[in-house]
Amino acid sequence: MEDKKRNEAYNKYIKAKIPKTKPWPSLFNSFWVGGLICVIGQGINDFYLWVFPNISQQTGWSLTLITLIFIAAFLTGIGVYDQIGKFAGGGSIVPITGFSNSITSPSIEFKSEGIIYGICVKMFTIAGPVIVFGVASSMVVGLIYWIISLF
Amino acid sequence: MKTGQKTENSFESKQTIRLKNQPKIIGSYAIVGPKEGKGNFADFFDYVMKNDFFGEKTFEKAERKMLESAITGVIQNAKLQPKDVDLMIAGDLLNQIISSSYAARAFQFPFLGLYGACSTMAESLAIGAVLVDGGFYQNIVCCTGSHFSTAERQYRFPLELGNQRPPTSQWTVTGAGASIVSLQGDGPKITTVTFGKVVDWGINDVNNMGGAMAPAARDTMLAHFRNTKTGPDDYDLIVTGDLGKLGSEILIDLMEDEGITLGMNYCDCGQTYFRRDQKTLCGASGAGCCATVFNSYIIKKLNEGEYHKVLFMPTGALLSTTSSQQGDTIPCVCHAIVVEK
Amino acid sequence: MEIFLDYLWVFLIGGLVCAFGELLIITTNITSARILVTFVLIGVFLEAVGLYDYISDFAKAGINVPIVGFGASLAKGAIGAVKTHGFLGIFTGGLTATAGGIAAAIGFAFLFALIFKSHTKK
Repeated sequence: MEDKKRNEAYNKYIKAKIPKTKPWPSLFNSFWVGGLICVIGQGINDFYLWVFPNISQQTGWSLTLITLIFIAAFLTGIGVYDQIGKFAGGGSIVPITGFSNSITSPSIEFKSEGIIYGICVKMFTIAGPVIVFGVASSMVVGLIYWIISLF
Repeated sequence: MKTGQKTENSFESKQTIRLKNQPKIIGSYAIVGPKEGKGNFADFFDYVMKNDFFGEKTFEKAERKMLESAITGVIQNAKLQPKDVDLMIAGDLLNQIISSSYAARAFQFPFLGLYGACSTMAESLAIGAVLVDGGFYQNIVCCTGSHFSTAERQYRFPLELGNQRPPTSQWTVTGAGASIVSLQGDGPKITTVTFGKVVDWGINDVNNMGGAMAPAARDTMLAHFRNTKTGPDDYDLIVTGDLGKLGSEILIDLMEDEGITLGMNYCDCGQTYFRRDQKTLCGASGAGCCATVFNSYIIKKLNEGEYHKVLFMPTGALLSTTSSQQGDTIPCVCHAIVVEK
Repeated sequence: MEIFLDYLWVFLIGGLVCAFGELLIITTNITSARILVTFVLIGVFLEAVGLYDYISDFAKAGINVPIVGFGASLAKGAIGAVKTHGFLGIFTGGLTATAGGIAAAIGFAFLFALIFKSHTKK
């Protein structure tokens, strides 16, 4: 009982003691880097629509995202993306490029354990939950729409 | 049951042991990675690696090679032959302490593997000193190391992941240190040993190791001072392992609460390891942190006569990724040894 | 001039979405996996209640490039497939709509993992 009290007091003390970083510089960095990545995406999209005027909006966006995923995977491979991430934080995690980085980085990291047990098994250690949650929630949405459509 | 009988070297509590024969540290060797080689202790290390791979294919193999070359180096430093070594006591941070075991395979010494996380250097020196003091062995090699890249992938995230490190996080040192404990030869003496209890004050933030480990350091320090009837002023240097900037401030506060003031003679290896511009946030950590500082800077200063009595007490966080994912708090331990000129 | 305004919107909204992610990281110390999951769920929700298309009309890449867009396509795919294929659409819709992105991420990750080696952080 006394231990519990002491632990609570200690946790409270630690919380007050932890150095507070100023939020504004990191918020600003993630704002402009994130915004820049989106602008690059828009540029790529406009480029595709200009080169292939006949493709649909949907196809254009798919091509844009695939291009961004490619760029991010490449930057991860040459060891640049983690440095962008260190600087920008959320700015480079939230865009689709962050998703690409979270799949490529464990693949490269665990290459030393072989192709099957290293690259393939560890590929989704970070991004796995994203796909699981995304697909599961889309099924829920689909189910709700299906039930609604019955009436 | 109390027998009322006290042996010559016993203290009030059996936690602290006085070593009658005062085993000496007759050799020491420290090898570090390139980033560590640019830090505050750069001038004292025996060898600085040119890159983190150390000519190997994987980081794990590099860590193993680092331990091997530390052991080779320390044997030369003590002017011994490999056949003179009777026992090797070593540990590291990887699962099943593979780096130490594989290094031991290369040397064919009798081998004791330890896991004390970042406190392993003091733990191995303490056990080595007790075994030598008892007359069971002549020369014992004590060795510990850690590698930033192997620790990072085991405990945290892949190296290439673009995430930010929280402000309380610390940087695992790439480096290995080794000492030889013996009764014959010259060198600083290990006079007293205090083995620590496992202390857990309910911290479960894996990015705040300093906060989790400071209570363990407090517990061992109090026990040591009580048993030996000494205080901070009796030592030229009191040095903890890798509490870091935050953790060492917490320890100073915790000791203040007990009425003990840690003054200028207290320092923390982790806090002082890197230069400020190296951006390691709360400082260095890892088994290699205190191992490399102890086997370079501290031993050299003891030999030069700048320090006469040093209390070396690194802490270790005994968690695993499984325990922290299951929401357990972090149990920590701290072992102390007194080294005198 | 109009194109400049478009890009300004993209920059501002994309930047704000990312800064919101950073705010979550700073205040709650959550890992990047949780950030990604949170934003995917936000996207699924926005699409499910029908708000996403309004935002996407003027934000364009500002909302499509953040992982919110990925969540929205999952939900949009599921809804669309339910409309055309009925019950089966619940299962096929989400992944069909995002197949390009997921396949690209897996394929390029595999390719670059074969080519490159991990670098130590500086």
